[in-house]
Amino acid sequence: MCTVCGCSDGGAKVEGHGHHHHHYHDHDHGHGHHHDHGHHHHGDGDGALDYGAGAAGVHVAGVSQARLIQLETDILAKNARYAEANRARFAADAILALNLVSSPGSGKTTLLCATLNMIGDQYPVAVIEGDQQTSADADRIRATGAPAIQINTGKGCHLDGHMVGHALDHLTLAPESVLFIENVGNLVCPAAFDLGEAARVAILSVTEGEDKPLKYPDMFASADLVLINKIDLLPYVDFDVDAAIANARRVNPRVRVLRVSARSGEGMEGWMKWLRAGRNMAQAMREAAQEEQASRDHAANYHPGGGCGCGHDHGHDHAHHHDQGHHHDHGHHHHHD
Amino acid sequence: MHEMAICESIRDILEEQAATQRFTRVERVKLAIGALSGVEAEAIRFGFDVAMAGSVADGARLEIEDVPGTAWCLPCAVSVTIAARYDACPKCGSHQLQVTGGSDMTIREVEVV
Repeated sequence: MCTVCGCSDGGAKVEGHGHHHHHYHDHDHGHGHHHDHGHHHHGDGDGALDYGAGAAGVHVAGVSQARLIQLETDILAKNARYAEANRARFAADAILALNLVSSPGSGKTTLLCATLNMIGDQYPVAVIEGDQQTSADADRIRATGAPAIQINTGKGCHLDGHMVGHALDHLTLAPESVLFIENVGNLVCPAAFDLGEAARVAILSVTEGEDKPLKYPDMFASADLVLINKIDLLPYVDFDVDAAIANARRVNPRVRVLRVSARSGEGMEGWMKWLRAGRNMAQAMREAAQEEQASRDHAANYHPGGGCGCGHDHGHDHAHHHDQGHHHDHGHHHHHD
Repeated sequence: MHEMAICESIRDILEEQAATQRFTRVERVKLAIGALSGVEAEAIRFGFDVAMAGSVADGARLEIEDVPGTAWCLPCAVSVTIAARYDACPKCGSHQLQVTGGSDMTIREVEVV
């Protein structure tokens, strides 16, 4: 668990922009402390309800102050909101956003560099690099000519929707580009955090064990594509590719698998085709959304009040979030150095 | 995994709720953790007190309801209970399972003053 790697995210930082996002607060920095009313209630723990000490220390005899609130709130709802805002941003410009996940050392950055070199100037690309520390990976990416921005998660073991939203503010994304988001090398924590990506690509190299999909089922269950990397090394290792694929399908019966080698180039053409198909899909989805919008405008302009009987569906049931505004109302601190 | 971040999300939600639902202190928090949600209830317990310190839920009691993992077995066409994502259907042994429940984690209810 992350008490070891410190998921408490003590300050993710987007490269080069000199401010630290102490999001999810840091109480030791003295902000928003809720004990300023001078009452410390922790002493009355042990399960007993204290009906006497009200909010303002007012004692109201005979009135029970405890109440039960049914929440049924998804704990990750906040991340989901950021992810949806990112997703809307991508959709509006037909950007194919991919979340690349793997363990450290799977060859993710090398694969990404090879991919960027193969794409060349066929279509625009951009990269968000997530690592706990250093901008080494973003530097490697920029050497290929692709725009890249580094997010250092600090102690955090995963990227989240909020960090990616901030990175987007600092990255110029051309319409119809492919955005590769290289998550922190970790097969556990990133599984739970939607970034707004269109697809999640898990990279598993043949120098690892073929049982990884079973050991880290959450990650492989959430992947859309598994790239089995370093297949040029197969003659030298005991990795059983078929067993690895079978294991991935045990946790995710519908997952697609491609075998690649970033070094020899073997299998890379299949991955290129997959990327092209993804781009086409992103563009088709944007067109569909535009047609839907046009149909809605048509309905609003020519058939106010609905029920026009002109034989097409005006589709009022789509909640499209085109509000791309970034929500800064969650009370974190931007320390501009 | 990432249980500390989960605990901090819980705290943020409670702080937001405190402002909108007008309460000043959380006495008890009840979570529902799915067997397939990828978090360990024990690790949540470990991080909870630390994450809640200084918040409206400082010192709050934590209750965790375990929600079993459920899946639809395609060959059997029935709903089955599974303990992990790599489990086979207990009836036919197939892995053609579509998870239908137990992958979420929610704050079910809070007792507040």
